[in-house]
Amino acid sequence: MSDDQDEEIILKDLDDDELVEQMQDDLYDGMTAEVSEGTQILLDRGWDANAVLTDALVEGMRIVGIDFRDGILFVPEVLQCANAMKGGMSLLRPILAESENSSSLGTYVIGTVKGDIHDIGKNLVGMMLEGAGFEVIDLGINNPVENYLEAIDKHKPAILGMSALLTTTMPYMGVVIEEFDKRGILKELPVMVGGAPLNQEFADAINAHTYGRDAAMTAELAKVIVGKNR
Amino acid sequence: MVKALPRTLIIACGALAKEILHLKKMLGSAGGSIDLQCLPANYHNRPDKIIPGLEKIIASKGSSYERILIGYGDCGTGGQLDTFIKNNKNLLRLPGAHCYAFYAGLNEFDALMEEELGSFFLTDYLVQFFDTLIIKGFGIDRYPDLKDMYFANYKRVVYLAQSENEDLQARAQAAADTLGLDYEYRFTGYGELAFTIETFSISENANV
Repeated sequence: MSDDQDEEIILKDLDDDELVEQMQDDLYDGMTAEVSEGTQILLDRGWDANAVLTDALVEGMRIVGIDFRDGILFVPEVLQCANAMKGGMSLLRPILAESENSSSLGTYVIGTVKGDIHDIGKNLVGMMLEGAGFEVIDLGINNPVENYLEAIDKHKPAILGMSALLTTTMPYMGVVIEEFDKRGILKELPVMVGGAPLNQEFADAINAHTYGRDAAMTAELAKVIVGKNR
Repeated sequence: MVKALPRTLIIACGALAKEILHLKKMLGSAGGSIDLQCLPANYHNRPDKIIPGLEKIIASKGSSYERILIGYGDCGTGGQLDTFIKNNKNLLRLPGAHCYAFYAGLNEFDALMEEELGSFFLTDYLVQFFDTLIIKGFGIDRYPDLKDMYFANYKRVVYLAQSENEDLQARAQAAADTLGLDYEYRFTGYGELAFTIETFSISENANV
């Protein structure tokens, strides 16, 4: 996305459309300071925080997701993009939290399963879900089934998501889902699963509601799920 | 008359090449029936490339052999390697989820994980190529901030050593320092890799 031009771009001199496009490029290039600056400029121009989030940040990250899937970008670059998005979101989050006409799609509980300490993918998914309009409750890493049950009780989520990076820990997702089923929770609560070693076949085998292939896709599918449920 | 051993192909991760060649040499005449073909070791970071890589070698050379040993653990394929093996005749793979597991021994590896979930494992190969596979492979050379993101939940580096080599031990300690983690050294030798290859090589049964 970046070019070799040495000419410095002054963000505040760009009109709204140019600025949004530039922010998407800066996000793609992992330029945290520039994305934060662009976010502030749009807010100063009277943009609604939700619109900044959706048009500039989430759309930028959606493009990143496509290029990751197509093998154009790799994990380190995607994480830089995520950091840039985080920079913008740190400015938007307080405004969105105070907003009376909050457009929350519901609560999404997410956590890495027991025995697994990997959380980079989960954090990325959490950020995209937040960007999509979910209130995200992050249970962190190494979660036994009890943690998920407690969170369901406490937060009454619209969706629950589980993540695993290891072949040795992914079967635990099946254990959690089976427990949900025994308790009659599975009928009411869609469970999404994701993580590098997973695939659709595995998700089907453990009776997960939906498999999220990557962060951007997970957020899109989550929106569809709550849409269907409403 | 001594019956000839079945012709055997080992298709392995490049990270195991040195150790497998050493074992083959130690097996003497039984090792003579074994050929080794390796896939790039950096597939460690790209497990999606392992099965296509195996398929390519099996398609071009597999028919010349009576049996094939896949020199991988699950290695991040999420069980797909096992499905691939199940769907192909005369294939077998190394035990465990990763080389760390079959070097340490499966039970010992589980105990190490039980002891500290946040264990980051190194082998001789990974110590030797730490900069290429971990620092450059993870993009930490380009984006130093990522180091904390990747290793925030890790507590220690465990070097599972195949050889007793002071230089590698010093480099493993340095790797742990670079990552800001505690360091632990365990000599494992070849562990279950040796047992599997020995058993495989002396078996006359082609139906593994």
